[in-house]
Formats: sequence, C-alpha cells, structure tokens
Amino acid sequence: MAMNSLSGGTTVSTRPMRKLLERMWQARYLYLLVLPLLAYYVIFQYLPMYGVIIAFKSYNFAKGIIGSPWNDFEHFRYMFQLPQFWHVLKNTLVIAFGRLIIEFPFPIVFALLLHEIRSARWKRFYQTVFTFPHFLSWIIVSGILSNFLYDMGMLNQILQYLGFQKVSLLTDPSSFVGMLFTTNIWKEMGWGTIIYLAAMAGIDPTLYEAASIDGAGRLQKMRMITWPGIKSTVVVLFILAVGNTMGGAGFDQIFNLYNPGVYSVADILDTFIYRLTFYEGSDFGFTTAVGLFKSIVNCLLLFSANLLAKRMGERGIF
Amino acid sequence: MKLSRVSAADVCIHIFLMIVVLIMLLPLYNVLLISFATPAKIAKQIVYLWPTSFDITAYSYIFSDSQIWKSLNVSLFVTVVGTLINIVATTFGAYALTKKQMPGRNIFLVLILISMLFNGGMIPTYLLIKNMHLMNNLFSMILPLAVNTFYLIIMMNFFRTVPDALEESAKIDGANDIQILLRIILPISMPTVAAITLFYAVDRWNEWWSAFLYLQDTTKFPMQLYLREMLVDVNKIMNSSFASSFVSRKSDLYPQGVKMATVIVTILPVMLVYPFLQRHFSSGVMIGAVKE
Repeated sequence: MAMNSLSGGTTVSTRPMRKLLERMWQARYLYLLVLPLLAYYVIFQYLPMYGVIIAFKSYNFAKGIIGSPWNDFEHFRYMFQLPQFWHVLKNTLVIAFGRLIIEFPFPIVFALLLHEIRSARWKRFYQTVFTFPHFLSWIIVSGILSNFLYDMGMLNQILQYLGFQKVSLLTDPSSFVGMLFTTNIWKEMGWGTIIYLAAMAGIDPTLYEAASIDGAGRLQKMRMITWPGIKSTVVVLFILAVGNTMGGAGFDQIFNLYNPGVYSVADILDTFIYRLTFYEGSDFGFTTAVGLFKSIVNCLLLFSANLLAKRMGERGIF
Repeated sequence: MKLSRVSAADVCIHIFLMIVVLIMLLPLYNVLLISFATPAKIAKQIVYLWPTSFDITAYSYIFSDSQIWKSLNVSLFVTVVGTLINIVATTFGAYALTKKQMPGRNIFLVLILISMLFNGGMIPTYLLIKNMHLMNNLFSMILPLAVNTFYLIIMMNFFRTVPDALEESAKIDGANDIQILLRIILPISMPTVAAITLFYAVDRWNEWWSAFLYLQDTTKFPMQLYLREMLVDVNKIMNSSFASSFVSRKSDLYPQGVKMATVIVTILPVMLVYPFLQRHFSSGVMIGAVKE
C-alpha cells in the first residue's frame, strides 16, 4: 500500500509534493534551529560510520577511503587467526560480564538502604558523598588511586600497621581485575543509585501505610513494595548494560590504570586497538575491522538482552 | 517523640553507611594531606592520617611551571566555548525536534537513535579529524563532542511538557519559531537549561581522550593531560632544568606531593560547581533520559 502511494506516478504526486514543500517552508525556522544538531550527527556520527568500510579495504591515506582497493576480508581473516585477538576478546568479556555480575547490584542495594533513611538531610548527605567521584575524570581518579594504593600508599601503611602483608593492587595481575571492579564501584555506585531512588520516590506512599496496618515488617515492605516498584527500572538498566558490554569493559578506567605488567589480564579490545594503531603502527583498516567486530557484537547483545527481557514479560527498551 | 521511633535497624544502616562514607572519603582526604606534606613528616607516622605539616612547596612548584598556566587556559577555553556550543546545539535542536509540524522530524529522530546503537569507532573518527585538518587544533576537543544524545533527550522531554498555548498567542502576533524559542520558551526553561549546562561543563573540563588522540603539541594540553603527564612520569618533569633550578632554591621537593597538588588543582573546579550540580540531579532533572 505504502509502496503504491509512493510510486503512484509523478503526475498524481505533484499536489502532495507542493503541500509538503509548503509545510517545509513554513517550518523553515525550525530547520534553521535543528541545523547545527544535524550537522553534528551527520559529520561526527555518520561520516565515521561510512569510514568503517576501510575495514574491508587495504587502506592507503594518499588514495583515501574510496580510492583504496577492496581486499576480500583479509583483515577479518587475519584477525580471527591472531591468538592475541582471542586473548584480548576473552579479557574484554571477562571484565565486562564481571561488571554485570559484581558491579551492577551495588547501586540497587545502596538505593534500598538510602530509601530506608527517613531523615531527608541524612539521605542528602550520604548521596552527596557517594556521588561526588562520578564527576571526576579517570585521569584524576587514577591519580587518587595511585596515591592510595601504591607501595608506600595509605592502604599499605594501614595493612602494615595491622600486621598484614603489603599488597600491590596496581601491578599484580592476579588482583588487577578485582581492583578494577572495586574502584569502579567506588566511583560510580552513588551515581547509579539516583535513578533507583527516583523510581522509589514514584511509589505510592499509601501502599506502605496499608502494609504497615496489615503488620508488614520492613524487610517485607522492601520485598513486596519497593522491589516491585523499581523492577522495571532494573530491567531497563540491565538491558542497557548488556548492550554496552563490549564498550562497558571501561576503556577510560583501564587505559589510565594499566601497565605492561598487567596486559595479560587487563588488555581489552579498545586498548588493543589503540596500541596497535598508534604504537605498533598497525594498518588502519585492520584496527577498524577489530572495532567493527566489537560494534556488531555489542548490537547483537543489546537486541538479544531486549528480546530475553520481553520473553520474561518485561517491557524492554524497544 | 521521634527518637522513640529509631530502631536498631536504623542504627545499623547509619553505621554501615557511615563506614562507607569513610571509605569513600579516605582516598580523597589522603590526596589533600600528601599535597601539603613533607617526606620527613610523613615518615614520622606509621599511617599518615593527621596533618602535621602545612607545606606549600608542591603548589608553589607547579604554579611556577609556565605550562600549568597554559594548560589551565586551554581547559578554560575548551570548557567555555565547548559548553556554549553544546548548549546552543542541544537546546535549539531539541526544541525543533519536539515540533511535530516539521517534516522529516521522524527521520531525524531515527538517525539520532541509530547513532546510539552503532558508531564508527576510534579509527574512522581519527581519520575524519585528520581529513578535516583539525589535528592539533583545540576544536578537535569540542566539535566531535558537540552534542550528547542523553542530554538531548532530557531537553526534548522537558520541551514536551511546555504547554502549546504559550506559543499560540505569540504565533498570532507574528513571531517566528526562533523568536518564540528565544523570547518565550527559553526563559521559562532556565532550570533545565542550567542543569544541562553544568553537566556539559563538567564533561568538557574532564575531557582528555580527544585531546590525547588529536593534540600533538604538548603546550596545547588541557589540565587533564598535564596531570596525566605528571602522574605517568613526574621524574621526567622534575629532572628538567626548570625543576632543578627550583630545587636549588627549595630543597624539600617531594614528587608524590607535586603529583597530588596537581590532582587537587584539577579537581577544584569540579568541587566548586558540585553543590549546584547536586541540587539538580537530586531534584530529578536527569532522570528522564533512561525512563524514555
């Protein structure tokens, strides 16, 4: 039907066409307003997407994106037989799924606790402290952490004082990933609670009153009222987190904290792409291919998480 | 009256949260202490918890380095100009995108949505910046980040709540869409615009990755990268002739103290705007994006 009306012949379409042009003319100031925004998306989002085709080419800067010859998936074949690629992919998945399992519940637990605080002033105090690190860049946080965790740092001073062995969390591969999780919780946990607290604020207070009259205890109220009230928010955020798996391994954090000593566990696809391109002078086409692989896996994960949520009777995100 | 209602559970929650507060603050407090400390005083305590020295050598050292002033300048420029571009593109665009009478609106919205699911990635973006001759130009820190889609959605959600009746009368008086936005809509949108502005400003101040990729000239480095250089290799900086001339005047220059003083200087602007930020996010301005 739609196809018919579209291809309905040039003679018939002239009148709707003129009407459309008229409406567009009337909206001319709106187009002017939206122009900078669209220019941004076209230039900085869509041109790079077009640039992705160099993943399928032997890219040569002098010949440009169009002029460079196609190379029959050479980059992808090379990538899939490169042991280092599989190793880095494994690290990415371990860290990303680790974050989903370990980091994801923290904001929920803290939001539930903060919800139990009756005094608005205390609640605000806790939130103020917990949220602050979110607004610091990972460079700043890496400075803070290096000072706290290095060999002579406060953590080791305390450990020694208490009679424990010193730890080297920043350089020891066996504890590095755990350190990544812990420090990211330190930085982002408070920010994460905000959305849940907002969802809780939307719960009808009469539900709690009714439950009290029925003799429900605190834990029961938490389980039967608060939790159902935030469940859909939890699901949406979980889908988004799964959809961000490959990116969510946390480039900013790892890039500012890692060192060659922990590459074996901390090197993820993004850091790999960066070093390959800018330190080892690897082919731009090859590293773009690795990036494209990452984006595709990400998209697939997002759609499957969404589908799964819908199967389970939740609303999903689209 | 109220006291009697405080139960054991309340006390437990408060104690637990207080412990977490201490854990959250300890590393920050430690940075502040070390930035004002001297190695001799630190060595006197098993755990350096109480400030026993107030030594500003580290600060006077970093502020006598001419590069920190250049870097502060760069960061200030990027924050002011970048935020201005952010807020103009975001508010103007968000307003137009909520107007259903604009043909093509749905196509624009879908294009924006797709960009959230998929992007070109590091290398194609790098090549684009190179082809646009933006390398080593401060606008390479600003233009590729001109719009944040989450903030755009928040702005659109807000504009949707503005009643149409406000605009109708202005339209009858012959005002065009730009005049309506500037004279009627923006003045009543100030709280939301202010919140988004603050969030953008903090993002611009914290921006380091585009600078890291696109700026080669170290004199153009923003504060974030100045700090990064300092953290990665403070010895290189402190062994420079500038530093040695400084050391010969003041003997007690402590590398860790210099690093932490730089951290404090880089945090300070964020701390100054944090109370205002805090007011906005706790009032729920930032919630809309995820609810959509």
